Amino acid sequence: MLAAHAWRGDETVTVRPESLLEAARLLKEDPEFQMNFLMDLSAVDYQAFGKTLQGQGAHANTGIAIRQPMNVPTDEPWPGPATTARFEVVYHFFSLPLKRRIRLKVPVEESKPEVDSLVPLWAAANWFEREVWDMYGIRFRGHPDLKRILMYPEFEGHPLRKDYPVNKRQPLIGPVN
Amino acid sequence: MFGSQNFLTSKLESAIGWARKYSIFQYPFVTACCGMEYMATACSHYDVDRFGAGFPRFSPRQADVLFVVGTISHKMAPVLKKIYDQMTEPKWVVAFGVCTCTGGFYDNYATLMGIDTIIPVDVYIPGCPPRPENVLDGLIKLQDRIQAQHDGKPIPRPDPSERAFTV
Repeated sequence: MLAAHAWRGDETVTVRPESLLEAARLLKEDPEFQMNFLMDLSAVDYQAFGKTLQGQGAHANTGIAIRQPMNVPTDEPWPGPATTARFEVVYHFFSLPLKRRIRLKVPVEESKPEVDSLVPLWAAANWFEREVWDMYGIRFRGHPDLKRILMYPEFEGHPLRKDYPVNKRQPLIGPVN
Repeated sequence: MFGSQNFLTSKLESAIGWARKYSIFQYPFVTACCGMEYMATACSHYDVDRFGAGFPRFSPRQADVLFVVGTISHKMAPVLKKIYDQMTEPKWVVAFGVCTCTGGFYDNYATLMGIDTIIPVDVYIPGCPPRPENVLDGLIKLQDRIQAQHDGKPIPRPDPSERAFTV
């Protein structure tokens, strides 16, 4: 385990990628947790996190989407990502018998964007993981059918990565050409 | 009347144009929220049947006007092109709403920046979504085009290369 917090009442645990399967199985099978429902699985790209906008419209020219931070006063600042890894894969679990929620996070390095698949534990992870692969280019080890789910197979790149150029156009496919 | 054969044939051709413009069989290619406004136009309050276009055909082979209603993504573009190719001549295309005209407020990895990048468009109906009056106005413009084609004075299609923005 790398970090844990309960910011705004959401219990969040960050674990190392190598212990993800172990932690997930514990959450599912331990009678203390009984997290039998995988509600959501997504990813975050922290490449532009904490950076400030330089000049006008920098996001369109550099291709990195940076938004000016909003200076909203808060008594309880957000703890931020646990590591300096570029990506984080985020899992939201819910326990139907115990009515409890927990959020699990796994840092993913840009050099090796790969984590273990949770499809053997929750079948719901199948399409979520395909979406994360499609949008962020993070591979899931052991996924039965890891292919794009929203974009077409000829699509190049992963559009929700912050360095995907905002105004990039892809060639048209099919009988159009 | 005698000695002016052109008079008779042009009158017949005009009559065909008149018949054609008031019996439009449309194919509604509805993909997004503009579809609600399309339905409002089609229903009794605005009643598109007053203009002879009240009979949607859900087969492109039986339709002569393709109503492209709603955002077209890159993934949908080949489907739209295939539908257009399946329609028999004579055929016309109406771009319904800004998304089909230009891409609208979408400027991203997924959206086609106007259907005129893949198929020719006869009438553009802008609006997000266009009001039914706007749609009926576009329909009347299409009817004028159909009539003009049969009167031997066809109105040229809007040229996509004259657009004020890049795709």
